[in-house]
Amino acid sequence: MKISEIIKYADARIVSGSLATDKDLEKAFSSDLMSDVLTLDEESILLITGLANLQLVRTAEMADIQAVLLARGKPASAEMIELAKENGLVLLETPFSIYKASGILYAKGLKAVY
Amino acid sequence: MALELAFKISGGDFSNAGKASSRIKKVLKQLNIDAKSIKKIVVAIYEAEVNVAAHAWKGEVKATVGEENILVVVSDCGPGIENISLAMKPGFSTASKEVREMGFGAGMGLSNIKKNTDELNIESRKGEGTTLTFRCYY
Repeated sequence: MKISEIIKYADARIVSGSLATDKDLEKAFSSDLMSDVLTLDEESILLITGLANLQLVRTAEMADIQAVLLARGKPASAEMIELAKENGLVLLETPFSIYKASGILYAKGLKAVY
Repeated sequence: MALELAFKISGGDFSNAGKASSRIKKVLKQLNIDAKSIKKIVVAIYEAEVNVAAHAWKGEVKATVGEENILVVVSDCGPGIENISLAMKPGFSTASKEVREMGFGAGMGLSNIKKNTDELNIESRKGEGTTLTFRCYY
């Protein structure tokens, strides 16, 4: 699923990254627990989370995660956006809950990591 | 020729935890190490950095980037680990509420470091500190 499609389905807005290289993602993982995200073997996934802090962006960097969807209307801080841009991470914000965003994207074909 | 890198970590300073792994990631990328190996290495280093920030007073990361492997030593001055085999058990945690609210402290750190490294040694003295030494082959 392309980033542009994720934006459309989750009513999201992009706060870091560009749609010029509209990445195509196959799978997603939803979690507020970075400890669990760091145990994933999959890369190039979408992470759906309600955790909006710098550690989220660091975790995405180390785990080779391509895009993060911040749920529940949690805004990304200026610090987060700066670090995301530095690392080429796509950061999206959605007003939807994790459950709703995950449900919609799953139904539209974005697969689960497990 | 081996490349030496060193970083300091302060206890409680979560915004700087990740600087060492981030820098090391960039160095390994420049050396054209494969992405899977880089991920394993930097996840292990990041977990160790978060452990220092979460539990210790201060610490440091020293990495020796060799031609076939990387050797990482993460040492801290801190409370130490009382029971290492218990601390290695997935789910066992002594992390504070604050650390958990940041998305960590689920008791997965040491076991995840073990999973991502080829050699791991943990030495700890109660009330003094902990030293993690690990090696990953590319």
